[in-house]
Amino acid sequence: MKRNSKKRGLATTKDKFEIKRRDFLTLLGGGVMVYFGTGNSSELLAMPLAQRRELSKDYNAFLRIDEDGTVHCHTGKIEMGQGPITSLPQQIADELDVDLESVKMVMGDTMLCPYDAGTWGSLTTREFSHYMRAAGAEARAVLLQLASEQLEVPVEDLGVNKGVISIKANPKKKVSYGELTKGQRIERFMDEKPPVKDHTQFHYVGQALLHSDGVLKVRGKAEFTGDLKLPGMVYAKVLRPPSHLSKLLSVDYSEAEKLEGIEVVRDEQLLAVLHELPDKAEEALAMIKAEYSPDDLDVDHHSIFEYLLNAPSDSQEVRSSGNLEDGKAISEEIIESEFHDGYVAHSPIEAHTALANWEGAKVTVWASAQSPFGLQDEIARTFEMELDDVRVISPFLGGGFGGKIYHPQGIEAARIAKLAQKPVMVAYTREEEFFMDYFRPAAVVKIKSGITKEGKIALWDFKQYFAGNRGSDTIYDVPNAKTTGIREKRGTPVHPFPTGAWRAPGNNTNTFARESQVDILAEKAGIDPVQFRLDNLADKKMIAVIEALAEKFDYTPKVGPSGRGIGMACGTDAGTWVAVMIEVKVDAKTGNVQPIRAVCSQDMGLCVNPQGSILQAESCVTMGMGYALSEDVEFKGGDVITSNFDSYQLPLFSWVPQTIDTVILDRQDQAPQGGGEPAIICMGGALANAIFDACGARVYQMPMTPERILEAIKGQP
Amino acid sequence: MKEESIQFTLNGKKTEITIDPTLTLLWVLRDQFGLTGTKYSCGSGYCGACTIIINNEAVRSCAMKVGEISGSEIITIEGLSNKEKLHPLQKAFVEKDALQCGFCTPGMIMNAYGLLLNNPEPTREEIIEGMEDNLCRCGAHIRIIEAIQAAGQEMKGGKKS
Repeated sequence: MKRNSKKRGLATTKDKFEIKRRDFLTLLGGGVMVYFGTGNSSELLAMPLAQRRELSKDYNAFLRIDEDGTVHCHTGKIEMGQGPITSLPQQIADELDVDLESVKMVMGDTMLCPYDAGTWGSLTTREFSHYMRAAGAEARAVLLQLASEQLEVPVEDLGVNKGVISIKANPKKKVSYGELTKGQRIERFMDEKPPVKDHTQFHYVGQALLHSDGVLKVRGKAEFTGDLKLPGMVYAKVLRPPSHLSKLLSVDYSEAEKLEGIEVVRDEQLLAVLHELPDKAEEALAMIKAEYSPDDLDVDHHSIFEYLLNAPSDSQEVRSSGNLEDGKAISEEIIESEFHDGYVAHSPIEAHTALANWEGAKVTVWASAQSPFGLQDEIARTFEMELDDVRVISPFLGGGFGGKIYHPQGIEAARIAKLAQKPVMVAYTREEEFFMDYFRPAAVVKIKSGITKEGKIALWDFKQYFAGNRGSDTIYDVPNAKTTGIREKRGTPVHPFPTGAWRAPGNNTNTFARESQVDILAEKAGIDPVQFRLDNLADKKMIAVIEALAEKFDYTPKVGPSGRGIGMACGTDAGTWVAVMIEVKVDAKTGNVQPIRAVCSQDMGLCVNPQGSILQAESCVTMGMGYALSEDVEFKGGDVITSNFDSYQLPLFSWVPQTIDTVILDRQDQAPQGGGEPAIICMGGALANAIFDACGARVYQMPMTPERILEAIKGQP
Repeated sequence: MKEESIQFTLNGKKTEITIDPTLTLLWVLRDQFGLTGTKYSCGSGYCGACTIIINNEAVRSCAMKVGEISGSEIITIEGLSNKEKLHPLQKAFVEKDALQCGFCTPGMIMNAYGLLLNNPEPTREEIIEGMEDNLCRCGAHIRIIEAIQAAGQEMKGGKKS
């Protein structure tokens, strides 16, 4: 596929596409929309990408149809488990009217695919697919025109079935897409862009399909970056400092260099040992003696919350309505709470990996990167190269969750390969993965809230410190409410190491705090927590989602703590309305929590692949148990103490509820919303509330470890 | 370290390699034999992504030296099935959609294979106990349990490939 370099500039012209885009805005329900982010993904938009490029408006960039009818669908999106490799073909097959089997995905290759900022924010379906579907619709319309000329009948007299255009009245007269395109770029465009299909016209969209890459993956044949090998390739092991705040002062690698086959390369702070065998490179790395500047920062995972509350910061008012003093006056009871959340690691099972290969002045980098084009930008900037001289390919990713938005390994591989003048594989060890991760930030949330005699929330003053604003605004109908976001002062980093976007950034912390507080209010009001939420909601979508949740769970109202161990939480994320209810057993002697069953309910608009959406909900429920119950990064200053899975506890098989049921509300006539992230936001709150319902102990800090639960049990009046 | 000649059976084929016996088995399989279905993830035996079968037992190849496998019979994910036909475990993982990113999948399947070799009719609790030390970050656990149950049923029914 030829790439047009002119398409890279930022769009300034008001062309016909703008109209289309406004249509998309309408479809999306009027949210603020730039093609690579919505209003809530401000953390992502603040990422230091070199430049933003425009998504291609030429449908040829997305599609190529071979003479045999194979449709190649090109996208800068990558596959890391969330399933676009299955759901994108469903959509393109419907727009083009071709057989699903004929659609082949070409993903995450900066040379073959049109620009895309990255795969994150649950944006592949709710945002990117609009563009891809529009490309399909235009291609179909052009092909119909071409067929009409060839078959010498008006377009209106033609029909399409499985990539073959025929005359409706005389189906024997026909021509296939492949015969029309012959695998060539189509040089015709529609002046008036045709509409995409609506839900009454879908065939594949809405069908529940298994992962199309399943067979490849169960055979061990799916190719991840670390599985690649080039002639002459060496493994590089990078010397890491003991702390993010230490600098390399002196280094002695004379012993390491004596090992047979070892090469050492150095470029300022970057020092790496190379060997064709990873074991040998590792051995040599261990022989290096290095001296570092000290890290005197006096903060650790215990003192971090006080540290954050006192850190230099900027305050931002997210929303305000009514008057907090009025709210206070009409409140029967005022409750103030402070919630804490520690640092959480992404921990994909595939650590960050990259392979770089220079050929003259050009470089190709294969990397486990959620943003191949972002890495391309960064490499081009690092080496002062033209974008066309940098090719980045993201093969299958072994999980990302936001952690592979950041791709230092790609830059390191390119730098080392340039120094060594041979292909270089940088595959992080688990210890490096924990050290180099951009953690979900530790955060504090303070809430002051009040309820009236009738059990109505009259006052809501929500202040989050360093969590991020996503999901911080109240979803409840409160007359006097204020939401404040405290964030880093520009140029004054508050965290001792990098932090970043972790599956539904900000929202996990904020929803934990909000939904815990709402349960506390329900208890004070003496009202069942589900009923209390319904009483205080005006949002019809949220009400419908909660009603469907309670029905599926077969929930009987009871004022907490009921001893049953049932808790719920709800919220919105990535355009989706979501609620989770979970039943747990709490061992009062050990503080151990055993989930029994869970239900997830969501309104996600059009659901392209119900099977994939259910999988994502189950994924969120399961993964979310980790941040809620056990995952906590230990550190001292810039020294990340947590180094492997023995001390960083991911959810295990024994934790998983016996059943996880998912209800997806039928909204096939509406615009699609996010599916990869939403349900995970509920897990902290749902588990906190279930623990409270089981034993009456309220835990204000995540992760809610057995120790903290025991402490809360002991602290009860 | 001095190289040694090591003989073993790899995916049904008698194999001999002259190599430094202290090298990690995982990397020898991946690097020397190109069997990249066996994955590196934690390097310390905590996660199970590198699980293979040695003499009918599921083991962590990242925690073994190649010198330890002399005379052993080794099966990796690539050797689990015939060319075309999927092993009942692989088939069940596909049909139950028991995977997402797929990176832990080969290790999950090989660990489950080791479990079924030693206990052809595991209860749900026994599956959970047997799989407990294999990590999946995507949260496919509930489906992995179902897939192993289904495969166990099929293998018990004499359809063992």
